[in-house]
Amino acid sequence: MDGPKVTMDVRHVGDAAAVVDIRGDVTAACEPVLMSAYEQAGGLTATRLVLNFAGLEYMNSGGIGMLVTLLVRANRHRQQLAAYGLTEHYREIFELTRLDEAITIYDDEASALAEAGSAR
Amino acid sequence: MTEAAGPERVRSAEQIELSVREAAAGIPRDGTPRDEGRWAAKVERLDVVARDGVRGTNVAGRRLTGPVQGFGQMWQKTYRLPLGDHLTPEAAIATWKAHFPEFWPAGNRFAGALTGISPGDVALLDLAVGGGVKLSTGVFVLYADEESFTLMTPQGHMFAGWITFSAERGADGTDVQAQVLMRANDPLYEVGMLAGGHRKEDVFWAQTLTALGRYLGAPEAPVQTRTVCVDTKRQWRHAGNVWHNSMVRSVLQTIAAPVTALRRRRSG
Repeated sequence: MDGPKVTMDVRHVGDAAAVVDIRGDVTAACEPVLMSAYEQAGGLTATRLVLNFAGLEYMNSGGIGMLVTLLVRANRHRQQLAAYGLTEHYREIFELTRLDEAITIYDDEASALAEAGSAR
Repeated sequence: MTEAAGPERVRSAEQIELSVREAAAGIPRDGTPRDEGRWAAKVERLDVVARDGVRGTNVAGRRLTGPVQGFGQMWQKTYRLPLGDHLTPEAAIATWKAHFPEFWPAGNRFAGALTGISPGDVALLDLAVGGGVKLSTGVFVLYADEESFTLMTPQGHMFAGWITFSAERGADGTDVQAQVLMRANDPLYEVGMLAGGHRKEDVFWAQTLTALGRYLGAPEAPVQTRTVCVDTKRQWRHAGNVWHNSMVRSVLQTIAAPVTALRRRRSG
């Protein structure tokens, strides 16, 4: 069976934040990969999860739906979700779907993590 | 994860081949995303074109609402129908897009663009809710490609979220699916959903898929329903969504209709 065409690598930054580097296609099919990344990222009690979309090549509405379910999980564990690396195209999709009202978008990783630091 | 049989591999191989061709052509790296043209352009508020056969109220000027903006518990409902192996997913979706309103249960009206379902279109709806009242609202075409399309709801709609209609190769051929990801938009709708609204919605989409299956040559196919409560919490900060409630407004518009018609006649 072919797996989803995406990789999600987790980097822990200090003990309060984790960055998920997303490369490839974000569709409903990659939910197991995202949830696995989430478990890795949140397992060390990270209070802020930062999604790096710089390697995003394709996203459909199923992918947006999957991000909403991730958001529910994060909220349940009182974790904040942030994103950076979105091109103008994908930033507009976040705004169109009003996902940007729950997942804060930053221009770069330093800004996203700086905010995490100030939120502690 | 769903089971992936032979056809799934074939499709993935085609996708890989496409990716290779795109990479060779430099498409993914030149800044043009592969999903370009499949998403609607960003809108702040909805513009409406008047359409025959529907009241057309409660949509113009409204904002779109996703599950983040809704009030009630969050549900993911999946309605699936196996069509058999005589049709490709692309052919099933092309037919569904072209004849979308025809598959709706009797008494409900979907007035979309004559060109079918395209990203950015706004369709006007009159939904039968009982008691002679039609709930007037609309939907926005958020996304559309060859194997799926997604509708998103405006403020005042019964639910905040989106519905994705898709087709894919299953173990025994092509399956079509409607998947709703939603929260009731406000407290009144939440009460209504718990007091039979969810059941009504299940019947609505089962009848729609059955009608589609009949049209596509699978009249006896059973609709499989799967319901998951993704979030049991209610978002009380969005209780004020009730101000836009299209049900309440539709009832008021129905009561006021004779007066409104008289005024229009007198003024012109």
